[in-house]
Amino acid sequence: MNEHALTPTPAAAGLAAGPPVSHFTLANGMEVVLIEDHRAPVVTHMVWYRNGSADDPPMKSGIAHFLEHLMFKGTKNHEKGYYSNLIADLGGQENAFTSNDYTAYFQRVAREHLATVMAYEADRMVNLVLDDATVNPERDVVLEERRMRTDNDPAAQLQEAVHAALFTQHPYGKPVIGWGHEIETLDRHDAMAYYQRFYTPENAILVVAGDVTRAEVEPLAQTHYGAIPARGERPVRLRPQEPPAYAHRLVELRDAKVEQPSHQALYIVPSALTAKAGEQDALELLSHLLGGGQTSLLYRKLVLEQQIAVAAGAYYMGGAVDDTRFFLYAVPAEGVELEALDAAIEEELAAVQRHGVDEADLARAKTRMIADAVYAQDSQATLARWYGAALATGENVASISEWPQRISAVTVDRITAAAHLLKRQGAVTGYLKTVEAEANHE
Amino acid sequence: MNELSQAGLTPSRASRVQKVTSPSGVTAWLVEDYAVPIIAVDFAFRAGAAQDPAGKFGAVMLMAALLDEGAGKLDAAAFHNALDDKAIELSFSADRDHVSGHLRALAGEAASAFALLGLALNEPRFDEDALERVKAQMVAGLKHEANDPDSVSARAFRAAAFPGHPYGHAARGTIDSVPGITRADVAGLHAALLARDNLRIAVVGAISAATLAQELERVFAPLAAAARTRAIAAISMSALGETRVSDLDLTQSTVRFGRPGLDLHDPDYSAAMVVNHVLGGGIFTARLFREVREKRGLAYSVYSQLANYDRSDLLTGATTTKNERVAESLEVISREIKALGQDGPTAEELDKAKRYLTGSYALRFDTSSKIAGQLVFLQTAGFDVTQLDARNVEIEAVTMADARRAAARLFGDGKLLVSIAGRPQGL
Repeated sequence: MNEHALTPTPAAAGLAAGPPVSHFTLANGMEVVLIEDHRAPVVTHMVWYRNGSADDPPMKSGIAHFLEHLMFKGTKNHEKGYYSNLIADLGGQENAFTSNDYTAYFQRVAREHLATVMAYEADRMVNLVLDDATVNPERDVVLEERRMRTDNDPAAQLQEAVHAALFTQHPYGKPVIGWGHEIETLDRHDAMAYYQRFYTPENAILVVAGDVTRAEVEPLAQTHYGAIPARGERPVRLRPQEPPAYAHRLVELRDAKVEQPSHQALYIVPSALTAKAGEQDALELLSHLLGGGQTSLLYRKLVLEQQIAVAAGAYYMGGAVDDTRFFLYAVPAEGVELEALDAAIEEELAAVQRHGVDEADLARAKTRMIADAVYAQDSQATLARWYGAALATGENVASISEWPQRISAVTVDRITAAAHLLKRQGAVTGYLKTVEAEANHE
Repeated sequence: MNELSQAGLTPSRASRVQKVTSPSGVTAWLVEDYAVPIIAVDFAFRAGAAQDPAGKFGAVMLMAALLDEGAGKLDAAAFHNALDDKAIELSFSADRDHVSGHLRALAGEAASAFALLGLALNEPRFDEDALERVKAQMVAGLKHEANDPDSVSARAFRAAAFPGHPYGHAARGTIDSVPGITRADVAGLHAALLARDNLRIAVVGAISAATLAQELERVFAPLAAAARTRAIAAISMSALGETRVSDLDLTQSTVRFGRPGLDLHDPDYSAAMVVNHVLGGGIFTARLFREVREKRGLAYSVYSQLANYDRSDLLTGATTTKNERVAESLEVISREIKALGQDGPTAEELDKAKRYLTGSYALRFDTSSKIAGQLVFLQTAGFDVTQLDARNVEIEAVTMADARRAAARLFGDGKLLVSIAGRPQGL
């Protein structure tokens, strides 16, 4: 029941020497991915739905996430708590998360219990039962969750405001958990309508990672998920798209609780799904080159050389259905104004746009990102998330397995071209400021 | 971990662990596994932030954070380039009782990874520019969380629970203490705390025992033979029955609560794990989850846990709820703690908790880094490798009488130290 607004790092899971991956589709349209990992006698079982907060209907923000909570409330076959008790008895763990583009449910159990968790997910894909006695207290839980994550934290409030400014139309501008005033109005009818629209086999992806073979998984998937009637077609995601942006916007938040100012800049860039060939790989590498740790450009220039920041970094949310976000952020050194820091960041970005990057830096970034694909093989849960997130946002298994080769092929010229996608025009800069800063200005 | 679970046949985890000793006596626990071509190394020195010199809170944490900021002939930038050129992950951290390190590398780069680790441990430079930079980063982090309700309630809890004791201050220091830490402080702590006699090491992955023995010698043998540490007094937490409120202008309050716990080696510890699981250890199935979240919608998060430090043991828990409902939440939590202390769990709860705790243990061993972390934990806590198998046997053996006795010891009269950050109403 956690909410994870961030997509996992790009689908770096595949390598030629990686684990065996099978992929097939049931007759009712439900996709299945199996990632074998025979080191420990456990399995990770996930069902992903291709709908997230960006598919919330108008005035119903938060419904994807609210329904995720309500999916634990019982089915017509089994009352609330039956499955959670069963999973706990098996020594299993379970949870769920909602993001912009998908909602996912998972269990981690000993390998012999795979059929049990499949029966669980298959049952609640079609047989959910909701009544006011369970729905209404759960809405209070979600409102407390929102208070905990956002209302208590000026940085989180700024984050919401920056996203709302960046996306004037597209629902990526709305918080995954929803706006408080809209969550308050959600009821079981909203939840059930949403459930019936999106929780269908055509819209679902099963990911199993662990100590099982295709010969074991395929018949189980047929029995439990294959029995669910097809609806005929996959539900359509209806999303207002973003018009061209002409203005740079500055969003400031000052709060008495802020003692440490910070800077962020967000740009709208192509996602894995909307990018032209190769653009996504270049953006992945660019984010690593600009802000992936202590050898990155921003850290070297702003923290080590100019000493105007104590931290700096970058992040590209490549896994997304629509055009997505590229973040730059920095924490100023004592006494440095955010405006000065912003100018220095823009200067570094402009330098990359004009001159590209060093071959040695690019080689180091590639080494690191390709190694990530090897490190990922150490965790079946990580692999399951990467494959699930990639498929739920429209990528395919082949694009995941080819990823290291594509990263290897990126040239300095393509990095430069990717840097030109970060345009100040249309970007949003966010400043988190102390109240003192306000006093000094006025 | 290749053995399959079969009915009546429990696989032995301990049998997969080799104890590898270098020529001069540096020992590590090794799980050799070639399925994924990587190595994971975890280690801990049994001396942590409780060793901070008076008024220099945060010094041990700073020392740990500086170990990878330049060593030998490499300054900080050159050291990080050397790591990144080969995709080697190396980090150091500190908690109250330990300075610990984590290394992960591709198997083909293991020799370079061990060489850089050896440099970091034996020849850290503690350059002035790196020292000032990392201090500034620590202060920025402290400012960032200065009014964060989770941090504020934790600080107040610690201060009330451990007055005048090293556990009463934060491992990360304070905004006032960190700037005053000098290079001499850091170098002195490095020389005093990092030694072979308080070091525990675990390695998992694609490396043979013979190769590991050589690397252990190269990396760890040059350390001092014996640590020079201050004795930390054992302490039982204070201020039971008291409620401390830290005022923050928020609509929601963050509530922490705690009581004394049981020692990891206490004969009732397994039973204490079981009754804590019944109270607030499990999500979805625990009493606190059911009563606070499920029935009343009071909070998103509510839990309890056993916390064990070298010199103190606690039962702690937390929740967050809107200011108007803090009193109600605390009443529900107190009632559940008292009831469990008086009556113990039901037979069904006891059975379910034991099943969960034993069944889920395997999930702590599904990645190399997690296995290495577990193996270091067992060593620092003073267990032998046999505990890997004994742990579930001990939990399975917990009877209702054991559970009632442990519940009575753990929850006793139900008195709590409560630390609240926010503007709670009606207390």
